[in-house]
Amino acid sequence: MTYSPSPFAVVLFISFVIFVIGLSSYLARRTKTSKSYFAAGGTIHWGVNGIAFAGDYLSAASFLGICGLIATAGYDGFLYSIGFLAGWIVALFVVAEPMKRMGKYTFTDALDANFNYKGIQLMAAISTLIVSICYLVPQMVGAGVLVRPLLGLPHYAGVLMVGGIVIVIVATAGMTSTTYVQFLKGGLLIVFSTVLVVLVLYRGLATQPTPDYHEFKSLGPVMADGVVVSVEDAPYTVEGQKEAGGEIFVKLSREDVVTWWHLVENQGERRLEEALSITDTAAGGRLYNGLPQEESGFYPVGHMKEIVVDGESVERTGPVGPFRFLSLIEDSTVVRFPKAVVMDDGNRVQVYYQKPTPGKEVMRPGLKFKVDKGSTFWTKLDFASLMLALFLGTSALPHILIRYYTVPSPKCARKSTIVAIAAIGFFYILTLYMGLGAMVGGVMDVESNNMAAPLLAKSIGVTLFAVICAVAFATILGTVSGLIVAASGAVAHDLLDRYMGIGMSDRGKVLAGKIAAIAVGGLAIVLGILFKGMNVSFLVGLAFAVAASANLPAIMMLLFWKRTTAKGVAASILVGVVSAMGLILLSPSMFERYGMTRDAAPIALDQPGIISIPLSFITLIVVSLLTQKKSETAVTAVQ
Amino acid sequence: MLHEPAPASPDKDYACDRKARLGLKLFWIYCIIYAGFVALNTMAPKVMEARVLFGMNLAAVYGFGLILLAIGLGLAYNALCTAFEDRVNNGQTGKEG
Repeated sequence: MTYSPSPFAVVLFISFVIFVIGLSSYLARRTKTSKSYFAAGGTIHWGVNGIAFAGDYLSAASFLGICGLIATAGYDGFLYSIGFLAGWIVALFVVAEPMKRMGKYTFTDALDANFNYKGIQLMAAISTLIVSICYLVPQMVGAGVLVRPLLGLPHYAGVLMVGGIVIVIVATAGMTSTTYVQFLKGGLLIVFSTVLVVLVLYRGLATQPTPDYHEFKSLGPVMADGVVVSVEDAPYTVEGQKEAGGEIFVKLSREDVVTWWHLVENQGERRLEEALSITDTAAGGRLYNGLPQEESGFYPVGHMKEIVVDGESVERTGPVGPFRFLSLIEDSTVVRFPKAVVMDDGNRVQVYYQKPTPGKEVMRPGLKFKVDKGSTFWTKLDFASLMLALFLGTSALPHILIRYYTVPSPKCARKSTIVAIAAIGFFYILTLYMGLGAMVGGVMDVESNNMAAPLLAKSIGVTLFAVICAVAFATILGTVSGLIVAASGAVAHDLLDRYMGIGMSDRGKVLAGKIAAIAVGGLAIVLGILFKGMNVSFLVGLAFAVAASANLPAIMMLLFWKRTTAKGVAASILVGVVSAMGLILLSPSMFERYGMTRDAAPIALDQPGIISIPLSFITLIVVSLLTQKKSETAVTAVQ
Repeated sequence: MLHEPAPASPDKDYACDRKARLGLKLFWIYCIIYAGFVALNTMAPKVMEARVLFGMNLAAVYGFGLILLAIGLGLAYNALCTAFEDRVNNGQTGKEG
């Protein structure tokens, strides 16, 4: 879609970025010596830390990705919210206090607290780096998505901008500025998401969601031998007909502009319903509804075909309560815009066609995850695997784990986790309303569902849009900062200082951390550009699977199984990382990314957790049993 | 990295084991309810259509319920842990109840 940047939104956005950089510079000035540079830890109040946890955790995946998934796949997107939140239960009840007691600087310290074993230091540091980078990619993709409607800039510009700013934040004041950026962003995100949801509920539901919403045309086809040969009462010429995914699409032209139409049959009557199309021409060009991008052939979509209130169809509901909003959608019919791809004379055409869907199907699982129609054993297993990874992944994310070391005591670690659960849980309830509001609000860009929430705000007013975009950008800054801090800690503290034994002064450690931050930030920029177009929640789901496979078995067994050995921990991390990454690289989604078909993938699972997590646990148990030495076992489990 | 290690707690926490046992119990309770949710969504997704509360279906109610249960269990856990800590650590028994 073509976006025209709003001057007000641009000014607000730039002001916010300047404020964040100014805050970092201020904090950096206060932390000139190496000792004061490191002084954030152990002094943060648990309440501030709890909101900073929320700011760290509510990433682009939560705000942009989940809202986008709900806007296109209904309840299936909300399942991510539930899984992400449920993961905090593991963090609170199992991990928080012991990790705080055992750790010093990083997650690796906690794992290695009773062993001082080089293998653990190396494996845990590598795992931290890989998980952080896996998690960084979707954040950068989200940044690229965000700058398009806000500033009218291309994807890569957004990625470069976020990468650059975050490197400045982390490399100037480290954890201090990261904590306050996350606190600020966590608070703003929850406040303004609440405002957006209240306004969506106040607006209610309507079959014509916005005053200038596109009026979809419907034509009567003339058929011969099952093929459309002409169109009744309209100056269109039939150019061809294609089939994709069991649907028939007809190519029409009018005044040299080619458009695609969906052939539907309803109660014995055939109609051609207007669709949207993106054509990648053999010559390398791209057309939107048959026109070059600058001629703005595209328009936002997403509406209700029928709204049923107490058994009667209405065009508009007026303000509704939060429960009523959901029950009305269940009773009504929503028009979604799924994608079909057809090849036409060497051109690749993506057709987004209207698909009226009963609200009760939108509000239960099955539109994205194949657990109902067309499901197989493997598709059900894939879904269960995702939910397992989300549940076990949160408490194994290095950038979350390091936040336990910024509070003074285990008690404060516990309290800050509860604040985080309350804040994050409340936000995740809001995602259902923002996603569904976007789905039926006439705001969706079919090219990328990641912009659902900001575009929903735009449909309400440019001020709210500007604020929400600034908050979304801050969301990415906060999470990326935390990830880069975790990754740079893995390099400077775990690898260089502990594993390699390079005797560095405090100042040397700071310098190494800064250099690592720049390198990791640079890598994230490159990957963020390469992964353009993938849903950020899907990518984060994979990062959770790697974290849950690599780190969680080691953490859990170390805490609760006294026969755990150092070699068992190191082997389990290695197997977890390799198996999770290997399964991801061989998955159907990645094969699509390689330009091949999904069927060409050697395994049918997109989500590796259900294989790689048990494999990592088994490895730890077997290797520990094979390497039992009294001096090496974790004698202080659960203390 | 990029922050100083937190100072070690000056006092030994005698309530540690008891809190860990409570945490594990609450973890398993939540885990079973979450597993039930995943199983229903995987094996019987149409069951989630049933209207159960305030006109909302089981999918929405169970989903919201899991979020609210996490908050409720968290608050209860903190209250109980604080009570353990006050009783055991302030009593200076050196042994857990």
